[in-house]
Amino acid sequence: MAQQVARPTVPAVPRAAAPIEAEHHVEHLGHHYESLDQQHHANMVGMWVFLMTEILLFGGLFCAYFYYFAAYHEVWMEATRLQNIVAGTINTAVLIISSMFVALAIWAVQTNRIRMAQILLALTIVCGLIFLVIKGYEYYSHFTEGLVPGAMFQWEGPAEMKRPAQLFFWLYWVMTGLHAAHMVIGISIIGFILYKTMKRTYSPAYFTPVELGGLYWHLIDIVWVFLFPMLYLMGGHYGQ
Amino acid sequence: MSAESFWSYLFAKSTTGRQVDILFWTLILVTLAFSIPIVGTLTYFVFKYRRKSPDEVPPQIHGSNLLEITWTGIPLIMALGFFFFSATTYLHMVVPPANAMDIWVIGKQWMWKTQQPDGQWEINELHVPVNTPVRLTMTSQDVIHAFYIPAFRTQWDVLPGRYSTMWFQATEVGTYHLYCSVYCGTEHSEMVGWVTVMDPGDYEKWLAGKAATASAAGQPVQTPAQQGEALFQSNGCATCHVQAGGGIGPSLKGVAGSQVQLEDGSTVTADDTYLRESILQPAAKVVKGYPNVMPSFQGRVTEEQIIALLAYIKSLK
Amino acid sequence: MASVALPAPRKTTSRNYLNAATTVKSWLLTTDHKRIAILYLISISVMFVLGGAAAGLIRLQLLTPNNTLLTYDAYNKSFTMHGVIMVFFFLIPSIPAVLGNFILPMQLGAKDLAFPRLNLLSWYVYMVGAIFTLVALLWGGVDTGWTFYTPYSTQYSATAVIPVGLGVFIVGFSSILTGLNFIATIHTMRAPGLTWFRLPLFIWALYATSLVIMLGTPVISITVLMVAIDRILHVGIFDPALGGDPLLFQHLFWFYSHPAVYIMILPTMGVISEIFATFSRKPVFGYPFVAMSSLAIAILGFLVWAHHMFVAGISAQSALIFSFLTYLVAIPSAVKTFNWTATLYKGSISLDTPMIYALSFIGIFLIGGFTGLFLASLGTDIHLTMTYFIVAHFHYIMVGGAIFGFLAGLHYWWPKMTGKMYSEFWGRISSVVIFIGFNMTFFPQFIAGYWGMPRRYHTYAPEYQILNVLSTAGATILAVGYILPVIYLLASLRNGKPAGNNPWGATTLEWQTSSPPPTYNFLKTPIVTDAVYHFHLPAGDIAVDGHGDGQALGPGSAPATPALPAKTTDER
Repeated sequence: MAQQVARPTVPAVPRAAAPIEAEHHVEHLGHHYESLDQQHHANMVGMWVFLMTEILLFGGLFCAYFYYFAAYHEVWMEATRLQNIVAGTINTAVLIISSMFVALAIWAVQTNRIRMAQILLALTIVCGLIFLVIKGYEYYSHFTEGLVPGAMFQWEGPAEMKRPAQLFFWLYWVMTGLHAAHMVIGISIIGFILYKTMKRTYSPAYFTPVELGGLYWHLIDIVWVFLFPMLYLMGGHYGQ
Repeated sequence: MSAESFWSYLFAKSTTGRQVDILFWTLILVTLAFSIPIVGTLTYFVFKYRRKSPDEVPPQIHGSNLLEITWTGIPLIMALGFFFFSATTYLHMVVPPANAMDIWVIGKQWMWKTQQPDGQWEINELHVPVNTPVRLTMTSQDVIHAFYIPAFRTQWDVLPGRYSTMWFQATEVGTYHLYCSVYCGTEHSEMVGWVTVMDPGDYEKWLAGKAATASAAGQPVQTPAQQGEALFQSNGCATCHVQAGGGIGPSLKGVAGSQVQLEDGSTVTADDTYLRESILQPAAKVVKGYPNVMPSFQGRVTEEQIIALLAYIKSLK
Repeated sequence: MASVALPAPRKTTSRNYLNAATTVKSWLLTTDHKRIAILYLISISVMFVLGGAAAGLIRLQLLTPNNTLLTYDAYNKSFTMHGVIMVFFFLIPSIPAVLGNFILPMQLGAKDLAFPRLNLLSWYVYMVGAIFTLVALLWGGVDTGWTFYTPYSTQYSATAVIPVGLGVFIVGFSSILTGLNFIATIHTMRAPGLTWFRLPLFIWALYATSLVIMLGTPVISITVLMVAIDRILHVGIFDPALGGDPLLFQHLFWFYSHPAVYIMILPTMGVISEIFATFSRKPVFGYPFVAMSSLAIAILGFLVWAHHMFVAGISAQSALIFSFLTYLVAIPSAVKTFNWTATLYKGSISLDTPMIYALSFIGIFLIGGFTGLFLASLGTDIHLTMTYFIVAHFHYIMVGGAIFGFLAGLHYWWPKMTGKMYSEFWGRISSVVIFIGFNMTFFPQFIAGYWGMPRRYHTYAPEYQILNVLSTAGATILAVGYILPVIYLLASLRNGKPAGNNPWGATTLEWQTSSPPPTYNFLKTPIVTDAVYHFHLPAGDIAVDGHGDGQALGPGSAPATPALPAKTTDER
């Protein structure tokens, strides 16, 4: 039968020594946190959990992509060959470089190189804008070529590939569209952080938002690193 | 038509239905065997250990690993047992016997069309002989439906663009409800009908009578395979798919159910869904050694005609 | 501030989160988790009434076999509205966003959730999603059922699928914000000494729930978005006539919507653990097993989705695998039930309203859980799926589970939330009325389902009528049962006796502060020195006001609190 257990002898945790600091206001410390450390920790946990949901948001589309990739293997090869691989490659490079800039910007703030951080953040934004411009150019040429799923869809390949090819381009537009929406949000966030950096809000003592913005930017980058081979390289046309 | 009385309904009217009943009532017994002691114990504890004074402090019992292992282990073992029990029943329900009689079913908003082996169609009705295994091959013209015969304890989804199969062997003459059980739009609840189980002699008579009426009306009955053969000729299929081989397309003799080598090196089983796809989307899976030249018949043949073509292809042995 | 700690009799007018500011603006712009919980309580109550009204229409229509009260369309739109509102706008936010929001930071000894502004944002997002859905549902409506099955929803339905889909998409982000907030708070905001295995089981349950929310919700969001986009473009991503596959939709849909059931039931299980401990004055039997079974349910819950598709056209192999995994997910629930029962052993049991609700929950959960086994079993599932049996089963789990848990928790924490005691007499009456009404409504549906009555039928064969009449009669009793708490709980705000800090003699931290709590919950950050649920200690020893020196107060210097305060006393 159930045994009786004596009162557990876990000792009181001495970390409680931290006095309540709410009385004297610490800069940048939320009223409900005990310390900047705790605030930083909470923000990082929150961001990582948020990134997890972002991955799953794209995950649903990735599932659909691979589900139909298995069903319409040939069509997928054919359709990816219609992509502008040069634009895709440049964009991949641009995004990877921008991730480096944002990582360096975090380091610069941590080491109190605020001026350098401003330049790096600005460069990140420039990279983001370059990406969007190139993406916009691609969208425009898809549009003129009739590679927009729906009533306007035009397909020059084998006729019976038309419907699965439409599915491919459906996924292409939704996946890159969702990614581009994230880019716009990401650029706004980095822009806000740049503004705050200009106002000297961040310092080696307080740089949590820079780190959070950087994490978000890396996520956008990583999603693209997966989208690029899926949407551009599957057809294996690099030799042409 | 008659309603199904509950007492008669308690005994399933098909062979697999009886297995489902045994599983069902066993589960009921297990449910009672577990719930009654739990509820009894809870009730007993609630009365036995009612609070006696406002500042009573009961003994602080924290747990027992032995008990935890026991009441994790026993349900686990029982769950495994029931899994195997139910899986056996399930496998009986999904694997039709080889000698089953073939019925084709088409679902559409909001009616059922069923085709007897002799080619006659019925609407919202299905007549079958008693004690005979019956295999239904079903497809939908629009949204997802499901073919449900509660008295036989079986149902299966009917999807557009593919064939699903279910089977049953009725054990008692009578008339039973037929329902669509997946919500399919406005008049979902009107997509109902009756399954009539008859003595084999009565069934033959009914079939012959129906065929005679049709002939008298100038629509002689053809089996699905005969209908399919006519379509095979009139649509020009026979020009390329020469039975003796040597045509532009592969010979279809004996292809149904066989393993087919594809152009990309893979193999598929030529089941109904594959054959259907090859008619509507020939380029999706091209047979090895043949050019990809067949036009798509999407929109040029109806579901009924596809069924007839499949029956014909299957008859080429 | 310090004067509050004096043993002077507390006036009901003491400063607390309710009277700290009273303007409308102070409510609409609040970042206080307790006020946001109240905002959520009001919002989900309104949604519950709307969803309940739709249920009333359904039950009236089904009173006779060929009723013409509602047209086909009106009936189909009613059950869709009932499902969408109840699932996405009531059941999923009910316990987490109301009780979780209010209690979680307090049980952790924190001043607020980690991200108070995100918390407020989540309520606004919820409201936008709700308004979107309501406008669409009332202005034209949608007839796809809450499951949005394709290709019906993408190609055939002529109703407002897109706005409702967007409403569901939007409200998903409100759940995500809540879940994110809970996870970050539990990880980083625990009071000194509150280690993981000292956490109340309600926290463990909310932690598991948040994980499910975070992993599942984005998938449903993107799935309904895909349906909405496809309705515009008509490319047929889920339509076989155009090359798509409707089973892909079902996989994606159930990947969220099965775990969604655990979003509803896990918090309930947490509430039940708290109540069983408090009202039997015993630690929850097998604490680590109960805590870990919540996580086990959360994880296994993600591996069973295709059991909704046993007859939908998945292969026999996958059906067998998913059936097996579904059996496994039943085990942790069984473990919890056994542990709750054992908790009562040699306890000091008091049948107050929350405890009656909790005991009713066990009865209902047993029926709901065991009928789940009938649906996990492949043989019986093929007969029973898509009939009223499944309707009854998931109402036993979702309504019986989530609503009984919600009401149990609401009655348990009402004194803390408002500082007032409700009428115990009416509380007990309502719990019994709801229990009877609920069983009378849904038990006949098991029989109707076994008898073959398919769900979502506007008219039905005459032999099922007696069961439907019983069910409608039960629904009437249930409706009365639901109205009662609204009346006596609201009345308690005016006439209720002051509740005192700890009317039930509970041990978790939220009872160590005043009722209603001050804006930052605790005047001093509490320090935890012992495991949760230990009724043999004087209440003052459970957790003490931190004095900034890391020392817990000894029993001798504890505030003059009776070891287990009688319910009527109000002083400390």
